[in-house]
Amino acid sequence: MITDNLQKLEKLINSELSSKVQNSSIKNGELLIEIDENNLIEAVQFLKSNEKCRFRQLVDIAGVDYPEEEKRFQLVYLFLSHENNNRIKLAIKFQSDQTIDSITKIFPSANWMEREVFDMYGIKFKNHPDLRRILTDYGFKGHPLRKDFPLTGFNEVRYSEKEKKVIYEPVKLEQNYRNFDFESPWEGTNYIKEIKNLGKDGKKN
Amino acid sequence: MVKKTKSLSLNFGPQHPAAHGVLRLILELDGEVVEKADPHIGLLHRGTEKLIEHKTYAQALPYFDRLDYVAPMNQEHAFALAAEKLLNIEVPIRAKYIRVIFCEIGRILSHILNVTTQALDVGALTPSLWGFEERETLMTFYERASGSRLHANYFRTGGVNQDIPLRLLEDIEKFCKSFPKIIDDLEGLLTDNRIFKQRNVEIGIVTKQEALDHSFSGVMLRGSGVPWDLRRSQPYEIYKDLDFKIPVGKNGDCYDRYLCRIEEMRESVKIILQCIEKIPKGPVKSIDGKISPPNRNDLKQSMEALIHHFKLFTEGYRVPKGDVYTSVEAPKGEFGVYLISDGSNKPYRCKIRAPGFSHLQAMDYLIRGHMLADVPAVLGSLDIVFGEVDR
Repeated sequence: MITDNLQKLEKLINSELSSKVQNSSIKNGELLIEIDENNLIEAVQFLKSNEKCRFRQLVDIAGVDYPEEEKRFQLVYLFLSHENNNRIKLAIKFQSDQTIDSITKIFPSANWMEREVFDMYGIKFKNHPDLRRILTDYGFKGHPLRKDFPLTGFNEVRYSEKEKKVIYEPVKLEQNYRNFDFESPWEGTNYIKEIKNLGKDGKKN
Repeated sequence: MVKKTKSLSLNFGPQHPAAHGVLRLILELDGEVVEKADPHIGLLHRGTEKLIEHKTYAQALPYFDRLDYVAPMNQEHAFALAAEKLLNIEVPIRAKYIRVIFCEIGRILSHILNVTTQALDVGALTPSLWGFEERETLMTFYERASGSRLHANYFRTGGVNQDIPLRLLEDIEKFCKSFPKIIDDLEGLLTDNRIFKQRNVEIGIVTKQEALDHSFSGVMLRGSGVPWDLRRSQPYEIYKDLDFKIPVGKNGDCYDRYLCRIEEMRESVKIILQCIEKIPKGPVKSIDGKISPPNRNDLKQSMEALIHHFKLFTEGYRVPKGDVYTSVEAPKGEFGVYLISDGSNKPYRCKIRAPGFSHLQAMDYLIRGHMLADVPAVLGSLDIVFGEVDR
């Protein structure tokens, strides 16, 4: 039932936005539309205003970092339509130095969500009214959710009795952060002999 | 002669009893009228999303207790549902009932806290004293099921950690019978109270359209007359078999939101009673040995169980590649988890959608043109908990 609706919606979006849609799929009962980052504004406008879509609520914007890919960052916009009781995911992929159009004109609530993405990933937005850091400290450097940012961070804060104020110092740990790799080598590594016998899913058994 | 006026900026917080946490609000005032509000958040930012990327799925779950620490299990629920959707596993029916019971207890916990502290912010002391006694009772239920009052870590992918102890359901039922009387008492103190009404009626009005534009959810949306509740419209677990009403407000002001919360507590009590009546016997977690750990007895008898136990608590389970968004109707609104798995034992990315984040964002527009004294009233009715706003 729900997938039926999604398939109809997928067809509609594919025919209306035709050339702008790079890829669309329904997985786990969720519709994902991938588009080119330059068509973002048009696509969002379409999703919001089209009679059959009516995605009038922006649920969230999620940034994702894929450091080893050429198009390093991905933004996933999650929309919700109350009228049709549907959800949709809109994804764009782009390089780390690119600037993305802000959708605050269409959805005012995107303001803080884009600020969060900027704070966490350093992705810049064009025409954003107030692009400041939001969650991290005043004067923070770096973008914590990038995969190359260390989990323990760089600076730590403490109150100094000597200086009678809060001071910043480089992180000093009694024991370095230990990242154990518990992943089973029997399932994780494909030995040469086995690779020949592997099925399509690339996994043993 | 024209008198020149200068607007005054006032720093509200980060340590302020009416800020409900560590909120720094920079207010621009013209006399006593607020011209602009700039909330500075992030003072409680702990990097939950980053930490989750470095933990296995089972280890990631307790972080959700620490988001909205007023209703911990509702958050766990969203993450458990996300992992279950990716793994494509079935949850036993008894576990579903237990989850719903505790989610509704969480809703009551959160609403009691919000209603009574909002009353406290506008000058009524007694409701919080009465309400917190009930919260204490509810938290003992949490403790009896999970072993801890606040940070429960009770839900698991595929069910719940352990079955509820004997006679817990009877005690919850007893509570449900007595609690409506307490709600009546609270209402007696507040609903028709002249001062409470003067401080809340027609304060912080949100229209339907604005509620949609600002990504409101939960009571913030229903208070403005939008009949939308995920438990009804996109039912998860067993909500579609339960009989409950969705209270909807009319004017979208602080007072309507208060009334919605009071009614929701009554509905939650009804839901819990239905669950207690219907709950079947049976297993409480998935029987798949690759996902749920074996019980203590098997551990001492069976080699396979021992291996499973060891593997689950070191490596954890692997989750198939893919991305899902699951959301639950948490007490504060739509709480969602957008989970990306790369096929390993740790989430590649876990974006947490906290309802309070969008609600607080609208603070500036809600408070413009109101008096300074309305700031705590509006803030109270937004139902902000910084654990989830800052993550």
